[in-house]
Amino acid sequence: MSTLVIRGGHLLDPAAGVDAPKDLLLKDGRVAEIAAPGKLKPPSGSDVIDASGLTVTPGLVDIHVHLREPGFGHKETIVSGTSCAAAGGFTSVAAMPNTKPVNDNVETTRWMQSPDRDAQVRVFPIAAATRGSKGELINDYAALKSAGAIAVSDDGLPILKESVMREVLTSAARVGLCVIQHAEDTRMTVGGSMNLGPASFGLGLRGMPAVAESSLVERDIRLVGELRDARVHLHVAHISTAAALAAVRQARRNGMRVTCEVAPHHFLLTDEHVGFYNTNAKMCPPLRSAADRDAMIEGLLDGVVDAIATDHAPHAQHEKEVEFENAPNGILGLETALGLSLHWLHKEWKLPLGRVLSLLSAQPAALLGMKGRGTLAVGSYADVLVFDSKAEWTYDVHQTRSKSKNTPFDGWPMLGKVRWTISEGRIAYTNPAS
Amino acid sequence: MNVAAPTLRRQLSTPQAPPSPFPYNSGSLLSVFDLSIEALGRLLERATELEKADPLVRDHILAKRRVALLFYESSTRTRTSFELAAKSLGADTTLVSSLSSSIEKGESLKDTGLTLRALGAEAIILRHNSSGSAWLLERETGLPVINAGDGMHEHPTQALLDLRTILAHLRPGVTKVDEHTLDGVTVTIVGDIMHSRVARSNMFLLPRLGAKVILCGPKELLPELAAGAGPGIEIERSFETALRRAQVVMMLRIQAERLAGLQLDLDEYKEDYQLTGPRLAAFAPQSVVLHPGPIIRGLEITAGVADGFQSAILEQVTNGVAIRMAVVERALTQARKEGRA
Repeated sequence: MSTLVIRGGHLLDPAAGVDAPKDLLLKDGRVAEIAAPGKLKPPSGSDVIDASGLTVTPGLVDIHVHLREPGFGHKETIVSGTSCAAAGGFTSVAAMPNTKPVNDNVETTRWMQSPDRDAQVRVFPIAAATRGSKGELINDYAALKSAGAIAVSDDGLPILKESVMREVLTSAARVGLCVIQHAEDTRMTVGGSMNLGPASFGLGLRGMPAVAESSLVERDIRLVGELRDARVHLHVAHISTAAALAAVRQARRNGMRVTCEVAPHHFLLTDEHVGFYNTNAKMCPPLRSAADRDAMIEGLLDGVVDAIATDHAPHAQHEKEVEFENAPNGILGLETALGLSLHWLHKEWKLPLGRVLSLLSAQPAALLGMKGRGTLAVGSYADVLVFDSKAEWTYDVHQTRSKSKNTPFDGWPMLGKVRWTISEGRIAYTNPAS
Repeated sequence: MNVAAPTLRRQLSTPQAPPSPFPYNSGSLLSVFDLSIEALGRLLERATELEKADPLVRDHILAKRRVALLFYESSTRTRTSFELAAKSLGADTTLVSSLSSSIEKGESLKDTGLTLRALGAEAIILRHNSSGSAWLLERETGLPVINAGDGMHEHPTQALLDLRTILAHLRPGVTKVDEHTLDGVTVTIVGDIMHSRVARSNMFLLPRLGAKVILCGPKELLPELAAGAGPGIEIERSFETALRRAQVVMMLRIQAERLAGLQLDLDEYKEDYQLTGPRLAAFAPQSVVLHPGPIIRGLEITAGVADGFQSAILEQVTNGVAIRMAVVERALTQARKEGRA
C-alpha cells in the first residue's frame, strides 16, 4: 500500500474544472483525496512531494507515438520511448502499430503491454486497421480491443480503398473503437520528400501536394456521412493542411464524430525549415506552407483541433545521415511537446494555460476513451505531472532519453519544466530544481 | 470544396527559419548563391587569367595537391573538364565512380567522403543523383566540396560557364560585373525545367546580374510554381513569344523516356518546342543559342541549329575548363587565404 502526498502545489485540472491550490493524496495508483492546502491527513509512511510554486496537473496523454518495438529496437525501445514520455510529462502514450511485425494481432498487442517491456508509463497499443497494414483485409477488432487495443490505424500508410475504409469504419464502430487515418493519397505523393511548393521546387525535390491530405480527409468524411452511424468515430492523424482542417470543421458542424490532432512541428514550422536538406525536418505529412501552418495555429486557438499529439518518430542517426530523398520520415516529440506548446501557444499566442494542458491531456484522453486518464478527479489514475510553469529552459538533444536524436528543435527555447512525472502512483521521472 | 487558406487573423509572431550554416568550408561551391557578386567577378577574372597563362607556369599553382572526383552519374563534359582543369593547375586527381567502387556494396556517401578525406583528398568534386547530396558531403567531411550536379537541384559551374559565354557575346570587353551587368538581357530557358539543375542554377544566378529569365515549356515539365523560384523569373508557354523576347536561348536536353512517362507525345512536343532553323530565324535571329549538352540532335534542337552560326554550344565547353580552373583553385586556396588552412 504505497501512498504519495503532493503538497503545496497549484492544481490545474481542466477536465474537472479545478484551478486552485490543493494538496493531493495518491494511494494504490489512484487519486484518493484532494483537499485544501494543509488539510490532508496522510497515512504515516507516506512519501511527500513538495510542489510549492509548481503546477499540479493530470499527466499528459500522447495519442500518437512510435515506440518502435517490436522490431526496430535500434531506433527506440518501449523503455527508452516511455522514458522520453515521462521526461516530457506524459503518463499515457498510444503506440502506433507500424512495428515489425505490424501489430495486427493479439499476441503483439499483449506483448507491448507486458510488464516485461518495463514501460515507464502506461502504453496503449493502437492496432493495425488491416492485415499487415496493407489496406485490404480487416483485422479482428473485437479480439484486438479485448487484448487492449485503444484504436485502430494503419499509420504510416493510408487506408486507401473506399470499400475497405467503409468496412473499417463500420467494424470499428461496432466494437467502439476509433479509426485513426493517416490521410495521404499515396498516388499523389509518389517520390515526394517534402511539401510541394516553391521550397521543394527550389531545392529540386519532388513534392507532396496538400491536396493529397485534404482529398482523402474529404473522402473519409463523405464515407462517415454516408454510413449514418452515430458510433462511427473518424480521427484524422497529424493534420497539417488548412483544407483538411476546414473539412473537419464542416463535418463537425454537420454533427459527425470527426476529430483531429496536430503535432507541434505542424503548428510551428514551415517547409522553409527544411533549409538545406535538413533530414531532421523531414516527416510525413511534411512541413507545409506558412498559410497551412497558420491555419493549424488558428485551429488550436479556436478549438477545432481536438488534441496535440507528437507523432514521436525516432530514427537512428545513421539512418538520417543520408541523402534527403532517402532519409526515413519522422522526428522526436515527447520531450519537447510541453515546452514548445507553453512557449508558443501560451506565452506568445496567449492561449490560457488550462486550454493548452487540456489539448495535451484531457482532450486526447477523452477522444480515445481512456477512462480515468487526463483528469485528477478522485478515483482517477494517479497520473500526475508536477511542473514549473514559469521555468524557461533550452532544449539540448544530447540530454535526450531517446535512442535517437532526430529533432529540429535542438537549442530551442522551452517554457515549463517537468519536476515530477508520476505514473499510476509511481514516480517515473524527477528533475527537482537544484 | 474551395477553401482559401486563411491567414492569421491576428498578428502572431511565429518561429523563423534559422540561418543556413552552409557552406562550412569557404572553398566550397555548392550553389550559385555561395558566391557574392564580388566573388563571382573575381572568379571570372581568374578564369581568364588562368586560361591565358603559360601552362608550364600554371601547373605549379596546385602542384601535388589532391583532388578527388566522386561521380555517381556518368558524364563526359563535366568530369573531363574538371579533371583537365585540376591537372592543368598541377593537382593530382583521382576519379571514384559508383560503378567501380564500394558504392556498389552499399557504402554511404558519408563514408565514401570520409574515406576520400583519409586518402588525402583536399577537395571533392561531386556529381550525384540526389538533390542536396553536396551539402551532406560537405557537412560530413568538412572539405571544400564542388557541386558538379546534385540531382535536380544545382550545377553551379555550368551556370558560371554559361554566364561567361553570355558575357563574351553580349558584353564583350566587360571586365567587372555587378547587379546591372545584364540589364536588358532576357534569357529564355526551354525544356524540362522541372528536372533540370542547369535551369535552376541559371535562373538563380542570372537575375542577380540584372537579367530576366523566361522559362518555357509544357505544364508537365514546367510547373506554375517555378515562377516563384526567385526574382526576375517568369513563365511563357508559347515558344514563339519566348524566343522573340530573348537575347539568349538556352535549350535543355529532353529525355524521350521522360516524355513517355508523362504521357507527352514526342512529335507534339517537337511541334511546340523544338528549336529549328526556321523558328530561330523567324523569332530570334540575333540571339545566342546555348545548350549544356549532351544534345540530342533532332529532339530538342536540330543539327542545323546546333552546328549553326548562332550556336555557342562548343564555346560553352571550352569556357567550362577556364571556369573550372578558377573554381578548383578557389577550393584549394580559399581557406588558406583566410588563414584557416
